[in-house]
Amino acid sequence: MNDTILSVRNMKVYFDVRDDAAGGIFPKTKKLKAVDGVSFDLKAGETLGIVGESGCGKSTLARAIIRLVTATAGEAIWMGRDLLKLSNADMLAVRKDIQMIFQDPLASLNPRMTCGEIIAEPLKTHFKGMKKAERREKVCAMLEKVGMDPAVINRYPHEFSGGQCQRIGIARALITNPKLIICDEPVSALDVSVQAQVVNLLMQLQADLGISLLFIAHDLSVVKHISQRIMVLYFGNVVEIGSADQVINHPAHTYTKKLISSVPIPDPAIEIERRKIRRQKRAAALG
Amino acid sequence: MNTQTEIKGRSLWFDARRRFFQNKAAVGGLVALTIIVLISFIGPYFAVWSNEEIDWDVMGSAATLGMPSFANGHFFGTDDLGRDLYSRVLQGTRVSLLVGVIGAGISVLVGTVYGTVAGYVGGRTDQIMMRIVDILMSIPFMFVIILLLVVFGRSLTMLFVGIGMLSWLDMSRIVRGQTLTLKNKEFVEAARATGVSTPTIIRRHIVPNLLGIVAIYATLLVPAMILTESFISFLGLGVQEPLTSWGALISEGAGTIRYDTEWQLLFPLAFFVVTLFSFFFIGDGLRDALDPKDR
Repeated sequence: MNDTILSVRNMKVYFDVRDDAAGGIFPKTKKLKAVDGVSFDLKAGETLGIVGESGCGKSTLARAIIRLVTATAGEAIWMGRDLLKLSNADMLAVRKDIQMIFQDPLASLNPRMTCGEIIAEPLKTHFKGMKKAERREKVCAMLEKVGMDPAVINRYPHEFSGGQCQRIGIARALITNPKLIICDEPVSALDVSVQAQVVNLLMQLQADLGISLLFIAHDLSVVKHISQRIMVLYFGNVVEIGSADQVINHPAHTYTKKLISSVPIPDPAIEIERRKIRRQKRAAALG
Repeated sequence: MNTQTEIKGRSLWFDARRRFFQNKAAVGGLVALTIIVLISFIGPYFAVWSNEEIDWDVMGSAATLGMPSFANGHFFGTDDLGRDLYSRVLQGTRVSLLVGVIGAGISVLVGTVYGTVAGYVGGRTDQIMMRIVDILMSIPFMFVIILLLVVFGRSLTMLFVGIGMLSWLDMSRIVRGQTLTLKNKEFVEAARATGVSTPTIIRRHIVPNLLGIVAIYATLLVPAMILTESFISFLGLGVQEPLTSWGALISEGAGTIRYDTEWQLLFPLAFFVVTLFSFFFIGDGLRDALDPKDR
């Protein structure tokens, strides 16, 4: 497969946490295995959904790939080079191609900067020679691309709605023409109707620009909608990885099945029926 | 594309300014403080006597001839030596305000830089830097300042050195704490993910978000500095004659109150109290304006 752009091999991220159970004056530390040997491939133009419950290591995995947290072991091969072994200068060059979208739309924007300054920041970092006017033009074009009025360029984050803030976040991620965007729960803080808008925007941009997405979410229905392939994480381990259709409709692992059955279905009749079955099962299990 | 009119954004600073000016006590404080500053700089042009001139007619009978009067040009009366209190109070105002502003200025500069570096770099650097602050804080500073003034002689510079040494400690702690919370915000993470260098992150993302808190503490620090200086001057160790300050004037006034020259105490005291109240009101107003839940 020569069109694989990112290949993560046996990624491990351990944290030292205080072991409260051990006691003593000097607290002992124990290893928290946030990500414990995860491997996957990502092709150009593909969306890989990463799902799992809270605290299963989804975000840590993403942050380890772009070195926001230090990986304990493993490799992340990006275009033939291991990201985890690059020098800071080389990594800086790669950061132009890998951008990130964050969970909390408002918190991911500096409240003291205007929307234009926020979107222009990656340009300032990676294209140091660029003229101010040119930068401004690019920002305006990008605002239009994410469906916003370029006239708002001087507004501050608190003057936007959550959905608009997330669009600004997307614009910031797209401004350097990246090849991969890591979306860390980009819609879980938004209303359902706004979620749909943002997800559709992401899909449309992906179709236009041919970028790859690593789409992290705990909401299976959103992931199903946007991803070609889905990876299920559980306590830092890959439980299942496969095409979206296969994982959703024919889950192989019991954890995946549980996860799927926990998704509420927007149809009262089916939902009531399902709850009844669940209740019966629970009663049967209790004896 | 750029031809359409752009909407001007309302920055957080703009919002804060509006909230501040809606606060009556704060605006009152600001007005009172402005008036005092103006008087201290413009007032001397109306003075009949300079602050070091001695009115030989009055000397020795300050209680009767040294009363505040427009006739002989002593608007605030004279002190026991027959020096014009009006000139001396204005002069003391300038010195005391200078001490307050410079002390707060040092604390803003040093404290902000020290605190952000310690907070942002974190780890061992943070530990060492903050333990140094702890150690310095545990030294009784009044004692050190008094020693400095005794050993190196009383001078305005020594006073600034002493006050500067103590003023930045609290500030650096506050700033460090704020930096710690800011550093884990997603917008800082976004900047790191896109490869912005650490100094730029501190300058562009951390410091602007700290300035609100720094401004509040700086305005509350000014009166604290003035109080410190006044205390030292009250002890007789502050600024040297013919320079004076509020503390020195109040000390002199309090010493002579038995001889029916209460104006010698009341005029400097009035300036002192009004200024301190103004600063506290402004500080409170700033806090209300800048703090409301960091949106």
